[in-house]
Amino acid sequence: MSGFRLPSCGLIDRSRPLHFTFDGKRYQGFAGDSLASALLANGVDILGRSFKYHRPRGLFSAGVEEPNAMVTLRSSARTEPNCKAPMVELFEGLEAKSQNRWPSLGLDIMALNGLAGPLLSAGFYYKTFMGPTRKAWMFYEHFIRKAAGMGAGTQLRDPDRYEETNAFCDVLIAGAGPTGLMAALAAAQSGARIVLVDDQAEMGGSLRGTSLTVGEAAGDIWCRSALAVLSALPNVTLLPRTTVYGYYDDNTFGAVERVSDHLPVPPEATPRQRHWTIRAKQLVIAAGAIERPLIFAGNDTPGVMLADAIRIYVERYGVSPGQRIALFANNDGAYRTVAALAKAGVTVVAVVDPRPEIGAEARSVVEGCGAELLTGHVVTRARGGRRLAAIEVTPYDPANGVQDRLHRSIPVDCLAVSGGWTPTIHLASQASGPARWDEALAAFLPGEPTQPWQAAGACSGELSTAACLTAGIQAGAEAARACGFAPSPISVPAVGPEITCDAILPLWDARPAGGKGKAFVDLQHDVTASDVSLAHREGFRSVEHLKRYTTLGMATDQGKTSNMAGLALMAQERGLSIPEVGTTRFRPPYTPIALGALAGQARGAHFRPLRRTPMHDWHVAEGADMMEVGLWQRPRVYRRDGETVEQAYIREARQVRQSVGIVDVSTLGKIDVQGPDAAEFLNRVYSNGFLKLPEGKARYGLMLREDGFLWDDGTTWRLGEHRFLMTTTTANAAPVLAQLEFLLAAVWPEMKVAVTSVSDQWAAMAVSGPKARDLLAAVLDDIGMSNEAFPFMGVREGHLDGVPVLVARLSFSGELAYEVYAGAHSGEAVWRRIMAAGEAFDVVAYGLEALGTLRIEKGHVAGPELDGRTTAEDLGLGGMTSRRKDYIGSAMMDREGLVDDNRMKLVGLISRDGQPVRSGSHLIVPNGESPPRSLGHVTSSTYSPALEKYIALGLLEDGRNRIGEALVATYPLKGHNVDVEVVSSHFFDPEGSRMHV
Amino acid sequence: MLIPCPHCGPRDVGEFTYGGDATKERPDPGSAAAADWCDYVFQRENPRGPHLEYWHHAQGCRLWLKVRRDTATHRIEGAEIAGPWAGAEARESDSGEGQDVA
Amino acid sequence: MARYSIFSLLSNALTGNRNWARVWRSPEPKPAYDVIIVGGGGHGLATAYYLAKEHGITNVAVLEKGWLGSGNIGRNTTIVRSNYLLPPNAHFYEHSMKLWEGLSQDLNYNVMFSSRGVLNLAHTPGQMDSYARRGNAMRLHGIDAELLDNREVAKFVPGLDTSRKARFPVEGGLLQPRGGTARHDAVVWGYAYGADSRGVDIIENCEVTGFLREGGAVTGVETSRGTIRAGKVGVAVAGSSSVVLAKAGLRDLPIESHVLQAFVSEPLKPLIDTVVTFGAGHLYISQSDKGGLVFGGDLDGYNSYAQRGNLPIIKHVAAEALAMFPNLARLRLVRHWGGVMDMSMDGSPIICKGPVEGLYINAGWCYGGFKATPASGWCFASTIANDRAHALNAAFTLERFCQGRVIDERGAGPQPRLH
Repeated sequence: MSGFRLPSCGLIDRSRPLHFTFDGKRYQGFAGDSLASALLANGVDILGRSFKYHRPRGLFSAGVEEPNAMVTLRSSARTEPNCKAPMVELFEGLEAKSQNRWPSLGLDIMALNGLAGPLLSAGFYYKTFMGPTRKAWMFYEHFIRKAAGMGAGTQLRDPDRYEETNAFCDVLIAGAGPTGLMAALAAAQSGARIVLVDDQAEMGGSLRGTSLTVGEAAGDIWCRSALAVLSALPNVTLLPRTTVYGYYDDNTFGAVERVSDHLPVPPEATPRQRHWTIRAKQLVIAAGAIERPLIFAGNDTPGVMLADAIRIYVERYGVSPGQRIALFANNDGAYRTVAALAKAGVTVVAVVDPRPEIGAEARSVVEGCGAELLTGHVVTRARGGRRLAAIEVTPYDPANGVQDRLHRSIPVDCLAVSGGWTPTIHLASQASGPARWDEALAAFLPGEPTQPWQAAGACSGELSTAACLTAGIQAGAEAARACGFAPSPISVPAVGPEITCDAILPLWDARPAGGKGKAFVDLQHDVTASDVSLAHREGFRSVEHLKRYTTLGMATDQGKTSNMAGLALMAQERGLSIPEVGTTRFRPPYTPIALGALAGQARGAHFRPLRRTPMHDWHVAEGADMMEVGLWQRPRVYRRDGETVEQAYIREARQVRQSVGIVDVSTLGKIDVQGPDAAEFLNRVYSNGFLKLPEGKARYGLMLREDGFLWDDGTTWRLGEHRFLMTTTTANAAPVLAQLEFLLAAVWPEMKVAVTSVSDQWAAMAVSGPKARDLLAAVLDDIGMSNEAFPFMGVREGHLDGVPVLVARLSFSGELAYEVYAGAHSGEAVWRRIMAAGEAFDVVAYGLEALGTLRIEKGHVAGPELDGRTTAEDLGLGGMTSRRKDYIGSAMMDREGLVDDNRMKLVGLISRDGQPVRSGSHLIVPNGESPPRSLGHVTSSTYSPALEKYIALGLLEDGRNRIGEALVATYPLKGHNVDVEVVSSHFFDPEGSRMHV
Repeated sequence: MLIPCPHCGPRDVGEFTYGGDATKERPDPGSAAAADWCDYVFQRENPRGPHLEYWHHAQGCRLWLKVRRDTATHRIEGAEIAGPWAGAEARESDSGEGQDVA
Repeated sequence: MARYSIFSLLSNALTGNRNWARVWRSPEPKPAYDVIIVGGGGHGLATAYYLAKEHGITNVAVLEKGWLGSGNIGRNTTIVRSNYLLPPNAHFYEHSMKLWEGLSQDLNYNVMFSSRGVLNLAHTPGQMDSYARRGNAMRLHGIDAELLDNREVAKFVPGLDTSRKARFPVEGGLLQPRGGTARHDAVVWGYAYGADSRGVDIIENCEVTGFLREGGAVTGVETSRGTIRAGKVGVAVAGSSSVVLAKAGLRDLPIESHVLQAFVSEPLKPLIDTVVTFGAGHLYISQSDKGGLVFGGDLDGYNSYAQRGNLPIIKHVAAEALAMFPNLARLRLVRHWGGVMDMSMDGSPIICKGPVEGLYINAGWCYGGFKATPASGWCFASTIANDRAHALNAAFTLERFCQGRVIDERGAGPQPRLH
């Protein structure tokens, strides 16, 4: 129990206590606390267990880089694992649990892994778990998976809502610290549209709670007034609690706003998170920098923290993480932490710095607080198990390295470490050339932009507040200018005395030669310095191999605090400089983002649009079983009480052949084709002739792909000399239209034809059966229905109860049949009218199953036969591929592979033993070779009420020469075999006499 | 990715459907040999770098565009309308930054 | 080199892990080899391994432009399956599956092949029929397959939305129990270890800049590390096939390079124990041994060599993941990236002798290259060694497109982005 609440400082609201639980124990914090600061204030030392060795881990940082303090928030359906405690805003009733421990955080059995440390070195799992049997891995994996992972997910559906929205602006500014604020101020006054984004609840970054003065005021006050100015401007949008996570092409950005995560549950009508797609002309990256740790034995002991994080906990949250604190740093900037601690009255015991000399301001800070200053020293070891107890300090000089002989121990309960700063170049590197190495900072800076952005402030190596303010103004003005605005100059506010981050000694590794104890590079993934050495030894020397072999930098923090140290160690091993070793590529997202935020509203019923036909409500009211057909909902069967699906479709199909039925075919693609060249166009698109189709007539057409395979079919109706209505299959409605548009744009631009989708404009229904004519005659106002007046394939315009309709005499069922098209808004009325009039004719509404039955009985092909691999000839439609003209597919349809004799051909199949023939069965010869060879398969099957048998369509090798053969339709998945006879696919009324009556 | 539709202005890639290589011309059915058809239908240069390609503004104006785009960087050099509307003026109010494609 | 085992781990642990040797050497290229394989990815390394192991050809160099395994072998979603419909694919991928099943032991390197099952979901009766057709074909080919109904699916995959309320309710699914996942990087390193220990030279940072031609035949390569001669040159460079083969004079190929994105979530305790694919869209999801949910979906849908994709597909994929597993909404994506796929015109691969003497081509993997790695290397090695295709890759020719003998598993026609 070391951390404690300081009596006065910080931005928290001490008048608003908040209660929360951690691992079931109740604690109190204040409004303005993060979960991390509140736990720290309550003296909680251990916040998690590490990934591999399950070592106790405490808070390490104060931001998104946190590798240790990962907790599970909330419970049941709102369970949210792997939350970084510093990024969690405290709220009343917050519920947090530690992760990756069993049975408890205090006593974790898996910590025994630590004893086997050398055995569990990097990549150990590649070298073992291979025996004794080939399946052995399946046994080991079970336990390894359980041991791995961090938090646990839930099987419950997330009850919260997510939104997606778009923003367009001139200048997007990522980061609202001193640089970002100044950039916004500089750009905004020019009139440019600004979006300013920051991942914290309160904008201001390092200025929040700072002891620096900016302008005339304390930094925090200046920051608030700047924000007040910005929020009053109409051309500025402020997005706090928002992270720009990814940089995509053409300055498109993904950002996630955590709208309600700081509340117990999202308020009514408020999403949990909102995804922003932001398109900006210019991006200013003001993402700051992340402090990096140093490597020494036990550097993961709870109580070892990043120096600037300690400053933030003191200044922003009024919490001290320890009673006796030491600093171990290789740069002057870290001494700001000493100053903050001293100001807050916390004891700083010692300051350990490998540099022989430090800056004058830094020195005066140490002298002012009475801490022992140990320049030319390093910390080689942190001692203490569950909490830091002491540090071991040893002389160091840049020429000879660590002098381990002379170490001494200093009792402390908290160690602030600073190995310098790593500019946050993630966003920049997603749109730039290779990162640039800066020798003075010992850091990578953004490379050459490949998109319009500029980086300013700490992320481009400016490590003082004053320099950031200046850089922000420049960047903001420059970005506005690049968007065509004329920003007038604004002055840089003066900054009070500050310790800058100059004069870093690029020391990464403070281990003495041959030193013992685990020294961590990647805290979250438990990658040690010796793992890096091992990777080098085994040849995993490129940065990508290092990363993949050791998993360094691949944890949820994406190596924000570890990548640089890993590179430095590898460079040391290879005897190269860090830039020669190079960096790995930064990939989005910058910080992990919820899948819900990415999916936005496209969840549940809204996952995809739902398409309903104009008669949908009628179908549902009549109790239809609706089914999915692409995005459409269509009636499968209209089941009556107690009926099975099979009984229902048999009844429906039988009734169509006996009297009359009506089916909703509104989902067919419908394309209006107009223009003086329309007939010629169709003639080139369809494989059969369309030039001579008379007005008032329809024709069934086949479309091939350019490669000669069959693509689509449908009827096209000639409504006038220059006007046609084309229908397509439901599935190809959109692709056929796109293809027609392509042909008219790219292949035959000289043709005077326009095509327009009218799929949604027409409601369509087919009326089929011997009484179809009588029924329609009873309802149509003005269309003569006699066979002479309205012949087969005729198309007529007229009215039904005053509603304009198009009627075509087409038959998919093989019966006397008509398709009636009415405007979509009139569809249901027309349908109801036909149903009402149909009572006298014993009409039945039929669904997709009966539609299938009727077409199978007729041997008409549909989706299962038009599978993209069949030719017109395969399906017995070779006669429809004209030899007298050129059309799409004609040049390639006769290639050798398409005309092989042994290609599978469409046949009919009849069950010989009264059993159903299942679709998806394969056709084999009875009592043939073993294993049997598939000669083909069953594409569509049904019970045929007309034949009173189970029948099917199939594709069969050399099928037309096998008519009469006995085969077996085998379905090994369910051990099912049916004896079938191969017959012609035209089962019923092959002469077509019924539809011509 | 933003595609500068000459008719609609710059629009998000999500509104478009890709139509592939726009350098291949459909052979003349009257004279082409089988190899010409194979070349047209199957063979692609597939360059790493500038690529002339078709895009269909399927969720916009429904025009087919010829776009010159770098396949290594995704940078778009220009777009023009394919077909009879080629050269049609962009709308004044939100013209794209696209230029004609050579 | 010492064999890996628990005993070698123990003895090395006792000596501070200081005595491990390099997994593969880093030799200087020799002036000439019997065979050069261009491409140090999974397929190239596997080819070299099987050339040495199956055909005794060990004077082999594998040339890699960057670091070993820097292409799709290290960027995929690690799924292994052989649940194909068409016979050439079924036989080939089943051969691969069998190699996978013994790969760790064969290589003495744990590639963590996990037979946790691959389940394709079906959402309509018609889709069930087409899965039945495929499953029955698999069974007739001696490949394991099971057709599950809605209840069986629900039992097999807890957390999956199998309710009727789903936008596309799950009707059932086709399960291949032997399918699963493997650790992708381990496949690279394992084949490198195996090939290297049989004498193959693996040469990284060696970019092929041209091909040597004598009398029309390919006789070697020009590289960033000098000229290297070879009796035979095999090219296995996946997404870079067009770029590399253009240097050998093959200007046009039946291939387009497209970007495919992949995604991984933060690590979680075991949540999804199998591989599941969505049938009302295109998404596959599994959980890595480390705990991250790994998923991928559709291609971005345009030619690209950029190894990164764009937002529409990212959002699309997330929505599909949640359509399957509504419980994942609060879980977070930690990383996404893109790979460059060599999409062929029929969705099936090309493993053949090139149109030029001395040149051999291995390409067109679409996004199925990972699971093919062992068989691809095995067949390519056989083709190179014997100068003719093995029966298993006899159909994977370059000529099949013009001949109309395409192997179009999806029936999508010559549109690479649809395969």
